[in-house]
Amino acid sequence: MRWLLRKDLVILGRSRLLVALLVIYPVAIALLIGLAISASPSKPRVAIVDETPPGETITLGGTRVGLDEYTNELFNHVQVVRVPTRAAAVAKVTSGDVLAAIVIPPDIVSKISSGVSQAQAEVIYNGDALKQSFVRSAINSALAQANLALSQQIKSVAVHDLNLLLAGGKIGPLGSQELIGLRQLPATLKTLAARQPQAADRATLTRIAGFADLAANNLGLAADVLTTVSQPIAVHSTLLHGKRTPLDTYAVVVAVSISLMFICVLLAAGGIALEREEHVIARLVRGSPASVPSRAKPATGESTGGKPTRGERRLRRGRPLDKPLISREGLLAEKALLAAGCAFVVAFAMLLGVSAFVSLDLSRIGQWVLALAFGACGFAALGVAIGALAREVRAASLLAFLLSLPLAFLALVPSGSVAGGLYSAIVAVSYVFPYKAALQALDAAVNGASPAIAGSLVHLVLLTLLFGVLARLGLRRAE
Amino acid sequence: MSHAAGSPSPGAGAREEPVLRVQGLGKRYGSREALRDVAFAARPGEMVAVIGPNGAGKTTLLSILGGVQAPSTGAVQHTGAIGWVPQQPALYSKLSVAENLRLFARLERVADPQAVVERMLAQTGLADRAEERVDRLSGGNRQRVNVALGLLADPPVILLDEPSSSLDPAQRERLWQFIEELAASGTSVVFSTHIVGEAERYAHRVIVLDGGVLLFDGPPAGLMSESAGGDFEQAVVSFLRTGDTR
Repeated sequence: MRWLLRKDLVILGRSRLLVALLVIYPVAIALLIGLAISASPSKPRVAIVDETPPGETITLGGTRVGLDEYTNELFNHVQVVRVPTRAAAVAKVTSGDVLAAIVIPPDIVSKISSGVSQAQAEVIYNGDALKQSFVRSAINSALAQANLALSQQIKSVAVHDLNLLLAGGKIGPLGSQELIGLRQLPATLKTLAARQPQAADRATLTRIAGFADLAANNLGLAADVLTTVSQPIAVHSTLLHGKRTPLDTYAVVVAVSISLMFICVLLAAGGIALEREEHVIARLVRGSPASVPSRAKPATGESTGGKPTRGERRLRRGRPLDKPLISREGLLAEKALLAAGCAFVVAFAMLLGVSAFVSLDLSRIGQWVLALAFGACGFAALGVAIGALAREVRAASLLAFLLSLPLAFLALVPSGSVAGGLYSAIVAVSYVFPYKAALQALDAAVNGASPAIAGSLVHLVLLTLLFGVLARLGLRRAE
Repeated sequence: MSHAAGSPSPGAGAREEPVLRVQGLGKRYGSREALRDVAFAARPGEMVAVIGPNGAGKTTLLSILGGVQAPSTGAVQHTGAIGWVPQQPALYSKLSVAENLRLFARLERVADPQAVVERMLAQTGLADRAEERVDRLSGGNRQRVNVALGLLADPPVILLDEPSSSLDPAQRERLWQFIEELAASGTSVVFSTHIVGEAERYAHRVIVLDGGVLLFDGPPAGLMSESAGGDFEQAVVSFLRTGDTR
C-alpha cells in the first residue's frame, strides 16, 4: 500500500493546480472567514433624517421627556449616517452606501404628546429579496428597541405621577407646593366629618372619604398595569443543555467542515475513479486464475484422461491463490487514507488560521484532531464509494459535488424552519451521510456544544463502515 | 472437424510439459454462457492465438486465465506466475516509463526492482525514453510498456489481449517483433486478436472460439485444410460459417 500511496503523492505533486488549490484554499478561506467575522459591521449602516426641531421634548402630565431618549436608543442599534433631508437619504439608499434610511418626521413630538394619535417614522430601503429581508429585520429590531426605551420612559413618568397622586408630595418649582395624596384623603376626610354636626355635610364628607379610599386602592394597581402594558412579555432565556455556540465560531465550524468534506470526498472519489480510468485496477487486484471443479468432462484433447494428474489433484483441493498486488480493500483504504490525510491537514490549517482572527479555545485542540480525523474518515469512505460506483473521474467529481452540496445545506436547516414531515425527512437523510455528524463533532470539539463529541464520533465510525462496504461492492468488477 | 488440441508447434518446445493447462473452463453471466467447456494447453516458447468473432469469449477467456475474474466451472493449471496484458494500456499516465515499471516491480515484490526495470527498459527498447511521462508516448510505445509490466515477474506465460488493436502498421510490426523475441526466449505467449492475419503470421497454434465454444485448436495450416480454401482470413470465415451449420 505504501508504494501506491507514494505514487499517488507523486501524481498529486505533479498536478500543480490541485496542489496550489490545496494550499491556497485553506489560507484563503481562513482569511475570508476571519476578516468577515472580525471586520464586518455588527450594526447595519443606516441613514437618519431627523426633522424634529433640536431639543424638542414630549410633555406628559407636566413632565418633559426628551426625544433624545428615543433617537439615542435607535442610534445604539444602527451605524448612524446623518443626512439633512429625505432626498439625500433616498440617494444614499439607492447608491448602496447605506442599507436603509429612517426619517423621523417633525410632527413626531406633537403626536406622541397628544396621546391620541400614533407617531410614525418612515423607513426607506432597497435591494434584492434577501437584502430587503435583512434590512427589514434589522430596522424593525432597532425600532422596536427604541420604541421600548421610549415607552419605558413614558411609563416611568406616568408611574411617578400616579405615585404622587396616591402618596402625595412636593410639586411645583423647588417643591414649593405640598400635594396631599389620595391615600391620605380618607383619614383626613373622616376626621373632618367627625367634627361636623350630624347633618348632611357630615354624610357627604363620609361618602367622599369612602370614594377616596376606593380610588386609592384601585389606583394602587395602576403602576403594575402600566408596567405590564409597556412590556407585556419579558423574555427570560433558559438553555436546556450544553453550551451555546457563538455565531462567529459556529460559522468557523461550518466553513471548516464544508472544506473538509469537499476536499475529502472529491480527492477520494477522484482517486479511485482515476485508477479505473487508467484501467489499472484489474492489474492491481488480479490474483492467480481461480479454479472451480468442473462437472463436465474436458471437451478437447488436452484432457489428462481418467486419472487426474498431481497438478489437477492439487487444483481440486483448492490450491491457495497467489496474493494480488493489492487487495480491493487495501486499494480503497489507500485512497481513503490519502484523501483523509490531505483534507485533515487542510482543515486543521484552516482552524489554526482562523484562530488568529476568532477566539478559539486552543486547549481543546486534542478534540479538534479527533473530530477532524473521524470526520475525514467518514467523508473519505463516502468519496471512495462514489468513485467506485461512478467509474470515471469526471462523473465521480460531478457526483461528489452534486451530492455534497445539498447534504451540507440540509444539515444546516434548523428545526422549525420547515414543515414537520419535511424536517423529519431532512433529519433522516442527514443521518445517513457524514456531514451532519462531522459538523456536530467539530462543533462539540471547537465550542463544547452539545450533543457531546463521543456520540458523533461513533456515528461517523458507523457511516465509515457503511460507505466502506458500499465502496467494496462498487469495486466488485475490476474491469 | 478435427480438434488438434495441444498439437505441438514446430520448434516451440514441442516436447516440453505445458506451462498452462485449461480444462473444462466455463463462465456464466446470469443466464448467458460466455464460455463453455474450453480446454487447451500452452507449452514454453509457444505462441497461441485466440481468434473468433466479436463476443466469442476471447477477452473473457484471457481475463479468467489472468486471474481478473473467476470461472464458473473448470480448472486452470500453471507452473508459475501468469503475466497479463489487458487490451487497453493499464498504466499511470502521469508517471514516467521507469516510474511505472519501478512501481509495479515493487508491488510485484521482485527481488531487485531496479535491475528488473533496467532489464525491461532494455528489452522494450525504451531505455532512452525512461524518464518520459507515459501520456507523452506514442500508442505503440505505451503498448510496449503495457507488455513490459506483464513481464516484470518473469512469468513463463504471458497473456496478451488484442495487443495490436490500436496501433498503426509500423508500430504493430515492432510490437510483434518484441513478442516474437519473448517467445524465442521461452515465454509462452497466448494472445487474442481480431486480425486473423496476425494469427496466421505469428501463432504456432490457433484456437477458434465462437459463442464461448472452442471450435478449433491446432496450427494455422490445419485450419486452412479444414476450410474451403482461399487465404487464411477466408478460411477462418468459412470455418465459422461451417460451424454455424454444425
